[in-house]
Amino acid sequence: MAETLLKIANLSVNYGAIKAVRGIDFVVNRGEIVTLIGANGAGKSTILRTISGLEKVTDGTVIFNNQIVNHMPSEKRVRHGIVQVPEGRRVFPGMTVQENLQLGAFTVSNKSQNNSGYDTVYQQFPILKDRRNQDAATLSGGEQQMLAIGRALMAQPKMILLDEPSMGLAPLYIQKIFDIIQKIRDTGVTVLLIEQNANQALKIADRGYVLEGGKIIATGTGDELLSSSDVREAYLGG
Amino acid sequence: MDKAHIKYTLSWATLALMIVILIVVMTMFDIIGPYGLTTIVLIGINLIAAIGLNLIIGMSGQFSLGHAGFMAIGAYATALIVTAVPTIFGFIMSLFVGAMLSGIVALIVGIPTLRLRGDYLAIATLGVSEIIRILIMNFKFTHGPAGIFAIPSFVNWPLVFGMAVLTIIVVVNLVRSPTGRAIIAVRDNEIAAESLGINTTKYKVIAFVLGAVLAALAGGLRASFIQSVSPQDFTFMQSITILIIVVLGGIGSISGTVVTAIALGILDVILQNFGSLRMVIYAVVLIVVMLFRPQGLFGRSEFSLKKMLFDSGGNHDKDHSKGA
Repeated sequence: MAETLLKIANLSVNYGAIKAVRGIDFVVNRGEIVTLIGANGAGKSTILRTISGLEKVTDGTVIFNNQIVNHMPSEKRVRHGIVQVPEGRRVFPGMTVQENLQLGAFTVSNKSQNNSGYDTVYQQFPILKDRRNQDAATLSGGEQQMLAIGRALMAQPKMILLDEPSMGLAPLYIQKIFDIIQKIRDTGVTVLLIEQNANQALKIADRGYVLEGGKIIATGTGDELLSSSDVREAYLGG
Repeated sequence: MDKAHIKYTLSWATLALMIVILIVVMTMFDIIGPYGLTTIVLIGINLIAAIGLNLIIGMSGQFSLGHAGFMAIGAYATALIVTAVPTIFGFIMSLFVGAMLSGIVALIVGIPTLRLRGDYLAIATLGVSEIIRILIMNFKFTHGPAGIFAIPSFVNWPLVFGMAVLTIIVVVNLVRSPTGRAIIAVRDNEIAAESLGINTTKYKVIAFVLGAVLAALAGGLRASFIQSVSPQDFTFMQSITILIIVVLGGIGSISGTVVTAIALGILDVILQNFGSLRMVIYAVVLIVVMLFRPQGLFGRSEFSLKKMLFDSGGNHDKDHSKGA
């Protein structure tokens, strides 16, 4: 049996009167790619933001690495190994690629670990190495997404949370990003992926959960969900 | 790398030294009289305060209208301590005490208020500044609305010049340190910064406290130089005066603040001859600059001796061609 890294139990999150997430349960095992799919407003991003500590838990528990992290501030969660790549890339303009990566390693004080972080990221994303002295704002959308992912990896996470990494990218880059996600998993980092591009996400995912109206309505391996007629009809365009 | 670093550190030092020599020579030939030296001191004091405010507004992106309050704390600390201990030691002590006090007040005020954004923060800081002023006006030991007179003076232009240079060095180094990067990251994208493990409130508070400390330093220097303080010196208009320097120079640009502080100081002198027209001309200058350069004179960029003197131009172009 695989080892559980993240366990979500009966999680609810409200924004004032609006119930964005209504009592969901799921687990992510070490070394897996797990994807949450669903339409706009299904609660995917809210779940991710709650796991990374940007949103408060209304009810239920978030257990990471056998520790309840409900009330842990987000900067501490980064030190514990949960790093989120926020939606829409959000690189720091006016700073170079290298400086952006440097900020990613903000929680890593060990210098040699830090240097090996650069090596790993530059190996994974050779384009970033070529552009390391360039202003991050001058990168293309796909390159900025790579930088955002690379920056998250600099923190040496146990688990990386990806919020719509393929959003707004050229098809060529979308394929590249999904390849990269698999490579990241192969280096031992667990991945929790949120995608509107459900087809692609399920292809690379070990397991997936389908969300609707803040609840999980289906679960299974990536292939099972891909071939499920309900899911196909609702999210994959028949 | 290190050799180059020494090279342009030296060239900055040379520049500072040249300005000092220029001022000394001009004084010797009576081009700068006592009035000119007073102007230089006031420019230096405004410069220190404005760099402090730029740290808050420009670097950490928090809009504060409370700078006068922190200047008042520094000014009154110096006024009271130097009157009691009229020695150079007392003066240095007073600057320290003022800076400490101001920093503590900023810390207490900053932790709750820096969670506010934009206009709300501006209103909260304005309120704090007014509270400080009204407290000073009503306390016995601050001599109420009359203020304190005949404060011994320990301030001359070399001291203020040195302090201003020191302030610039400290702030520029801070901005380039990991702490400074974190402050800028919080400004540019709070969510991204938070998701990287940066404690956003902490870095906003650091910038706010340092800005308040510099304001107190400027206030202390001013109290001893003008030799009097009163609550009327630290109204909302004082915050605005400093704010104008920061906005006009470019929010986030230290060089912009330096150039604007000097330019406005000189403009002030020139406009003395125009009597009451002075404020009108001053306002027109502001409007014109904001119309044609809304990002301020320097925007967010910095004046760089490195680029002027050492860059052959090759390095830069190479980087850009790669990007294309």
